[in-house]
Amino acid sequence: MSLLVQLAAEKPENPLIPPVPELVIGLIAFVIVFGFLAKKLLPNINKVLEQRREAIEGGIEKAEAAQTEAQSVLEQYKAQLAEARHEAARLRQEAQEQGATLIAEMRAEGQRQREEIVAAGHAQIEADRKSAAQALRQDVGQLATDLAGKLVGESLEDHARQSRVIDRFLDELEEKAEAAR
Amino acid sequence: MSADPTQTLAFDTSCHLFSGCGFPAPGLHSFLFEPIFGDANSNVYFNKTMLLALLGSIIIVAVFWAAFARPKVVPGKLQMVAEAGYDFVRRGVVYETIGKKEGEKYVPLVVSLFFFVWMMNLWSIIPVAQFPVTAIISYPVALAAIVYILWVSLTFKRHGFVGAFKNFTGYDKSLGAVLPLSMTIELFSNLLVRPFTHAVRLFANMFAGHTLLLLFTIASWYMLNGIGIAYSAVSFVMVLVMTAFELFIQAVQAYVFVLLTCSFIQGALAESH
Repeated sequence: MSLLVQLAAEKPENPLIPPVPELVIGLIAFVIVFGFLAKKLLPNINKVLEQRREAIEGGIEKAEAAQTEAQSVLEQYKAQLAEARHEAARLRQEAQEQGATLIAEMRAEGQRQREEIVAAGHAQIEADRKSAAQALRQDVGQLATDLAGKLVGESLEDHARQSRVIDRFLDELEEKAEAAR
Repeated sequence: MSADPTQTLAFDTSCHLFSGCGFPAPGLHSFLFEPIFGDANSNVYFNKTMLLALLGSIIIVAVFWAAFARPKVVPGKLQMVAEAGYDFVRRGVVYETIGKKEGEKYVPLVVSLFFFVWMMNLWSIIPVAQFPVTAIISYPVALAAIVYILWVSLTFKRHGFVGAFKNFTGYDKSLGAVLPLSMTIELFSNLLVRPFTHAVRLFANMFAGHTLLLLFTIASWYMLNGIGIAYSAVSFVMVLVMTAFELFIQAVQAYVFVLLTCSFIQGALAESH
């Protein structure tokens, strides 16, 4: 028979009756575990878990804030873009209007200048005509006087002479006209 | 055989089938240890289970120290594993039974209990140690006593003397004539049977588990002779199966122990109805 069996036979103990030394050691062993875990290690990890939770929530909040900001910036840009488009359209419209008025003005100016030039031409022509008429009248008078003197100086019967004088007169006239030109 | 029983295995190794030697069946003697020092009769001694108990608590503290002494917001591997264990007990046991608000205070106790019991159970299949410390009734009794004192004092603190008495006896006027009988049974059940079963449930499970492991281990060795080798092989397979099963039972018993602890605390805190 084994020595252990003999040992058991010597101490026929009920396994449900707790031996006191083991009880004490068991309590000590548990108190060691509980002491370290409750006083130091679990508070440690709780702090870190809390930090982690906050970090995660903070990260989510940050991301949300960034998204909101991005959204608002996008809208701002869109609004600015639309405004710029409006502005450009307005400027184009204005430029067109200005161009149109400018063209109209130029046209009016041109018209006016043309009319002025035409009027000046007319006035010049009128003046020329007047001075020509004046000169003509003087010349005609002179001529008539010359012609009359010549006619009176020659015999009226002498037809040939007469006609010669006339022809000469006309030639002179022509010469004069040639010279005047 | 060696003269010093602490240096021997749990059975007589020279004994084999067909060698004219009876089967050295495991029994109560398998749970007795000669003191490493001191005298078994004087109550001042130190034996293997005490060594394992203290060593176990040092291991728990060491592991959690390595994991949680300098915890990081982004955890390392060990911290992650320890956190998973911690979180399992905190959320899966304490918050589930007591609730987050009231339970937070008891988380350290329950976490300590869970890992302590589990470690003590685990010794059963750790080579060389190979003995579940909780199979010695003293250890479960020590833990159950802590829980018992806690929940009884909590009941008095929360409900006053009369309230606590009603809580213990399950006082309910609608029971009428059966009330005295019901109260007697409830009082008996709550104050006497409950702590007893709390401790014995753990003890008996580990006791039985260790006995089964011993039985198949011894049988594997005992039958290792002649034709008995075939039986031995079957027995050895059973050793492996039972070891795996024990691994499972160890965790389950630790879980059950803390679950009951929480349910007792919850019962102590609950409003009487």
